[in-house]
Amino acid sequence: MSTTATREEIEDRVVSALVTFGVEPSEINRDAAFEQLDVDSLDLVELAQIVEDEYGVQLKGEDVQNLRTVGDALDLIAARLP
Amino acid sequence: MTRRVVITGVGAVTPLGVGARTLHDRWTAGECAIEDGLARCTEFDPTDHLSIKEARRSDRYTQLAIAACGEALSDAGWEGGQPHDPARVGCVIGTGIGGINTLESQHDVLRDRGPGAVSPLAVPVMMSNAAAGVLAMRHGLLGPCFGTVSACAAGAHAIGAAVRLVQSGDADAVVTGGSESAMTPLAMAAFAGMGATSPTGTCRPFDARRDGFVMGEGAGVLVLEEEEAARRRGARVLGRVLGFGATADAYHLTAPEPGGGGSARAITRALEDAGAESAEVAYVNAHGTSTPLNDRSETDALKSALGEHAAHVPVSSTKSAIGHLLGAAGAVEAIATLLALRDRVAPPTLGYEQPDEGLDLDYVPGAARPLNGGRVGISNSFGFGGHNAVLCLEAAA
Repeated sequence: MSTTATREEIEDRVVSALVTFGVEPSEINRDAAFEQLDVDSLDLVELAQIVEDEYGVQLKGEDVQNLRTVGDALDLIAARLP
Repeated sequence: MTRRVVITGVGAVTPLGVGARTLHDRWTAGECAIEDGLARCTEFDPTDHLSIKEARRSDRYTQLAIAACGEALSDAGWEGGQPHDPARVGCVIGTGIGGINTLESQHDVLRDRGPGAVSPLAVPVMMSNAAAGVLAMRHGLLGPCFGTVSACAAGAHAIGAAVRLVQSGDADAVVTGGSESAMTPLAMAAFAGMGATSPTGTCRPFDARRDGFVMGEGAGVLVLEEEEAARRRGARVLGRVLGFGATADAYHLTAPEPGGGGSARAITRALEDAGAESAEVAYVNAHGTSTPLNDRSETDALKSALGEHAAHVPVSSTKSAIGHLLGAAGAVEAIATLLALRDRVAPPTLGYEQPDEGLDLDYVPGAARPLNGGRVGISNSFGFGGHNAVLCLEAAA
């Protein structure tokens, strides 16, 4: 578990996770809404598991349910970095 | 007036390849897909049929069902969307075991990384009704939708339930069948542990040397429509489900009732439901697992249900070519029966050479042979738990 992850590293990791969820890489940007990307609550729970596993960032159920865009997720993860 | 049920499309993914016709043609030609004691769908590539999102949200058993369903709908002429009121189109898909690949891999995650790492997709992917739900979602089928679970009779029970939905008026069409992929370390160890699978890795149904079944995987899907509704849309009709009979042995968790009483009652009931006489039966697609117990009790059941006519009917086992597809077997074999009736051919029981005492029906040894006589075919499916499900089919003229 790294505690020195940079914003760029986190961004790359989130993008790669979204791609494995089936999102087209070209559609991913800060303003893209998860709903538009067809990323649902089950995917977001998996994303939360990944960032907890890899960065020690704890995201609760209500945290991820309130995420609207990719940027929201990146900001929340960065703010919670230990 | 009775609502009659026609078959307008079929699709299958089996160890013999992708496609219902592929199964029929290769089996009829005497090809066997069993290798090293297993029958895998080696020609099936999920990426040909599923998006990345669909693939990671489905166990392999659901992926096989998606591919078989795609073929069946296209065969029925439904590519451009289904032709009925979606609220009156159902989906019933059987499985013996469901998403055991997912169950086992998620159990590894639980053991190695703790409960917090278990995937939120685990439940919806492994549940035994996942295939039915996914097919309904993918194709917008809004009528009755559920899975059937009766071990190796599940595929036949699904078709039987679908027939009743159409006959009762609950649905005008039902997408139905069965799917299975259970070649996991746990499932294989468990079947071997109970002595069900062949220790020699051979499948030779009804042969004196038979010593168990060979595990296979695959899926079969049929499109059933109410006859008038199919006629109104100008559907090409492949055949009809004439009758369905289901009984329980209520005898033993795994062993069939000696003498095949429960199976015989299911066959008799299916013929009654079809309004057919045993003399009209031209072909029997046997459950024929290659286990010592099944093949004997099934032989007894056929003699008891068909009487003297049993000696004159070709009886062959699809499992001799593709292994035992468990909860998919009843659906894939119903399709095999229909195509055999359409081509008027009895495909062979591969590997059958040495007659066993008391097992003296015509098991179609060696090579396929033309069908004679009546128009009716029977497809038998029997499952652990004492479940017997028998379908009575005919091909369109």
